[in-house]
Amino acid sequence: MKATVWGCRGSLAAPGPQTVAYGGNTSCVQLELGDGTPVVFDAGTGIRLLGLELARLPRRPIHVVLTHLHLDHLEGLGFFVPLWEPDVEIHLWGPPSPVDSLEERIARYLSPPLFPVQLSEVPSKLTLHDLPDEEFALGSARILAEPVSHRGPTVGLRIEEHGRTLTYIPDHEPYLGAGPAGVDPEWLSGFSLAEGATVLMHDSQYFEHEYPSHIGWGHSSVDHAVSFARACEVKRLVLFHHDPMHSDDELRALEGRARALWGPDGQAPELAYEGMKLALDTEVEAHSPA
Amino acid sequence: MPQTVHKSLPLILAREFAANIATPVTVFDEDGRLVFFNEPAEGILGQTHADVGELAPSEWTKLFVVETLDGTPVPLDEMPVGIAHREKHPAHGPFAFTTVDDIRHEIEVTAFPLLGREEELLGVVAVFWERREA
Repeated sequence: MKATVWGCRGSLAAPGPQTVAYGGNTSCVQLELGDGTPVVFDAGTGIRLLGLELARLPRRPIHVVLTHLHLDHLEGLGFFVPLWEPDVEIHLWGPPSPVDSLEERIARYLSPPLFPVQLSEVPSKLTLHDLPDEEFALGSARILAEPVSHRGPTVGLRIEEHGRTLTYIPDHEPYLGAGPAGVDPEWLSGFSLAEGATVLMHDSQYFEHEYPSHIGWGHSSVDHAVSFARACEVKRLVLFHHDPMHSDDELRALEGRARALWGPDGQAPELAYEGMKLALDTEVEAHSPA
Repeated sequence: MPQTVHKSLPLILAREFAANIATPVTVFDEDGRLVFFNEPAEGILGQTHADVGELAPSEWTKLFVVETLDGTPVPLDEMPVGIAHREKHPAHGPFAFTTVDDIRHEIEVTAFPLLGREEELLGVVAVFWERREA
């Protein structure tokens, strides 16, 4: 299983000279499974470039799995080239809601006045699925989607193939209402998704001093991200969902803080960046951002 | 896939909600186990959650013997918690119970179910408070 980061910015796309190293596109991660099945986690603005890449490859059913429907995880969908190709089969998975169907909720964005074309006009062979409560097979991998602490129906994702696990929880506030100290794993949002993961991509939107003014917004401070990863005994922590107000220099400082909190043992936490490739079957590649 | 199955997210959030308010609250899981009560509840129940831990229905109904105000024992099925659990709708009522240190409390209890998709019962939350003379 290989993963490529196409967007790791949180909340709002943030292009510009201050965000070149880690990128300004919002959440999108491509997974290449052992059997070649293309899987995409989230449809932030990063999915636009991924769509161009996939359009050049032989046609295969594409699975796009949405953790939730906040705009930074959905706004790229309308610019995903395969969506507009009649011969492409796309399966769009998303968290269930007790009120509206996934189609109804996505159509709120993919319809006027927010978007010029309606979801019903999409020419590709599009099928929408509520993410099931139980783990399910997707190509040669198995996926588990479970609700996590964030605003609105939101899931985290755990995907396993050949004994390697990638856990993706881009938006998560696991210690809402309680500090990390002494939280029983049984009472920790997201624990079963991340337990023992080979790689955990996790929300780390804020510095510690920024968190108090954002409690309840659904995101983690860097110390909470590190505490969560430690509690789950993950092997590698990739910090994700970078605040749009953080420049590259500020993100480097945030990474430094994460590494100080992590300590000397094991693999040091690292920031996700656009173009980051993770080969979970072998060694995780250790390139640095440009 | 994961070895540890944690509580459902609504139960986790219910616990954190309870832990951060001054109203006495008890939280029950989908099987009716008493999985948490907050510090204000400890003040009335005469026990701490840390001491008693999670309790099965057969355990907590022995620890906290609930009666009507005139002293008639109330079976679990007729308590607001039992009704909310069984019938999946809110229930309310006045009750009395006596703590292990022999203090009688008269309380009002409101219990409501936590329902997930397709009416799946995820737990019950019960809020209670001491009755006051009118």
